[in-house]
Amino acid sequence: MATLPIRASSIGAADTGARRRIRARLPAAFALLPTALIVLVVYIGCMIWTVRLSFTSSTLLPKFDWVGMAQYNRLFLNDRFLTSAENIVIFGVLFISGCLIIGFLMAVFIDQNVRGEGLFRTVFLYPYSMSFVVTGVAWQWFLNPGLGLQKLVRDMGFESFTFDWLVNQKMAIYTIVIAGLWHGAGLTMAILLAGLRGVDADLWKAAKVDGIPTWRVYTSVILPLLRPMVITATVLLATGVVKLYDLVVAMTLGGPGIATEVPAKFVMDHLFERNNIALGTAAATIMLITVVIVLAPWVYARYVRPQGRPA
Amino acid sequence: MTAAIEPQGRRPRRLTAGRIGVYMFLVTAALFFLLPLWIMVMTSLKPMEEIRLGNILSLPAAMTFDAWSKAWSSACTGLECNGISVGFWNSVRILIPSVILSIIAGAINGYALSFWRVKGANVLFGVLLLGAFIPYQVFLYPLVRIFSLTGIYNSLLCIVLVHVIFGLPTMTLLFRNYYAGLPIELFKAARIDGGGFWSIFLRVILPMSTPILVVATILQVTGIWNDFIFGLTFAGRENLPMTVQLNNIVHSTQGERAYNVDMAATMLAALVPLVIYFVSGRWFVRGIAAGAVKG
Repeated sequence: MATLPIRASSIGAADTGARRRIRARLPAAFALLPTALIVLVVYIGCMIWTVRLSFTSSTLLPKFDWVGMAQYNRLFLNDRFLTSAENIVIFGVLFISGCLIIGFLMAVFIDQNVRGEGLFRTVFLYPYSMSFVVTGVAWQWFLNPGLGLQKLVRDMGFESFTFDWLVNQKMAIYTIVIAGLWHGAGLTMAILLAGLRGVDADLWKAAKVDGIPTWRVYTSVILPLLRPMVITATVLLATGVVKLYDLVVAMTLGGPGIATEVPAKFVMDHLFERNNIALGTAAATIMLITVVIVLAPWVYARYVRPQGRPA
Repeated sequence: MTAAIEPQGRRPRRLTAGRIGVYMFLVTAALFFLLPLWIMVMTSLKPMEEIRLGNILSLPAAMTFDAWSKAWSSACTGLECNGISVGFWNSVRILIPSVILSIIAGAINGYALSFWRVKGANVLFGVLLLGAFIPYQVFLYPLVRIFSLTGIYNSLLCIVLVHVIFGLPTMTLLFRNYYAGLPIELFKAARIDGGGFWSIFLRVILPMSTPILVVATILQVTGIWNDFIFGLTFAGRENLPMTVQLNNIVHSTQGERAYNVDMAATMLAALVPLVIYFVSGRWFVRGIAAGAVKG
């Protein structure tokens, strides 16, 4: 008998509560509005705009005609672009694998209960705090054959020593890799070291009891456990590869000749210096497609596949 | 006194071949990482006559700070010869509003996303995160057009806006993940007490945000200070940041290159992030790791 009024009133309360909750959420929606606008206009709008421009014949000023795939055909006959594409593959493969290998080794060696651990960590990571411009300028000076490393070794008595990669068309891109490794390897070390510190100590005891050599434990047991950290580091390094621009500008300006041109620089040069907007945006679109292709499996593995399972 | 006799700490390890190998590796690696810094400092302290002799590793025979003062106040960046100090102050003027605004934006976004159920907010967040992976070159030209049309292209406001826009993904993610770790009961209690969106943010959430504010500040200060491409594209001739000025100094070759001035300018440009790195220590790593784990 007494339940009826209580039920009725509770329904009423829930009703006004829901309405009040919606009204309370308004400021939250309002606060997200600027971000929503930016996402819509900049992240989505500008992207579509760029892709659209790549199908036009725009040069100094944007036009809105339609020339189909003409710019892409030109792009894939363009020596500078082909060199850029090749360079970014060389750099990407060597930089990412190099950072992972060197970073892993440094993390493992630091993890051996060494003295001065903090000092080593600090020294390995400090380049990461500096800009690519600083990195490029420093390495350009160190590697210049006239007064840098080559002269140093020659003056030590090795007269025939040659290290002219910086000014050598075939080898210049590898100097960019070296500078990149110097800048980024410490970051991989820091991420992997954090992972190593999270490994269960019992695992080590079990391996010791079984008499498994340390290096085997690292390669067969620890490395698979570090998978998430390795993936994080790889994603982070890969985004760095796509952005590669400042380092090249500071170190070689794309030279000697066009030996160290990279896609980001190709786009920048064509948009802002060579007055060829259509070709520049076509190259930017190719960059976009490449990133999507590389990123898709990772997004799928991380966000699409595990759906339904608690995160 | 007797306590001193008892063994303390770890048992001393014997110096086996393996241990020596470990230290050899670490010391070699450390030398590789320190070498460029050493060379930069040494070169910046030498007069040009000494640099021309070679031996970039040696200590300066006649140490001088001339190159530093020249780099700061009279090195040429193209046509003007006012040193890198111009770029330094430009960077400071860009840095302060950009850091403050991008952190505020990130904190509000993160708070709204993790405590309030706004329709479509997750889609928004997803697109924002994907945007973080897209190369900047895809956005640059249309952005330049938009800013030209609104008449703010090549201004301080323009470069600050660009830093805020492209800082959004990382900052939002950083704060969202941090707030997701706070107990939801706290928020619910504040709601029951009648707190609204802003009052809960200002009185409950913000006072608990100190650690993440520190991490965000470290991340943004180093990131924005080291930026090159945005400064070059959006800041305009009057506001070029230090990185761009440094590049101009190094690549403006009139006559013989003054390597000592170049290196002094480089050190000056690296100083701010280096100081932040050495002072902040582990926080720095935490910031990169937090910003790295997208999603």
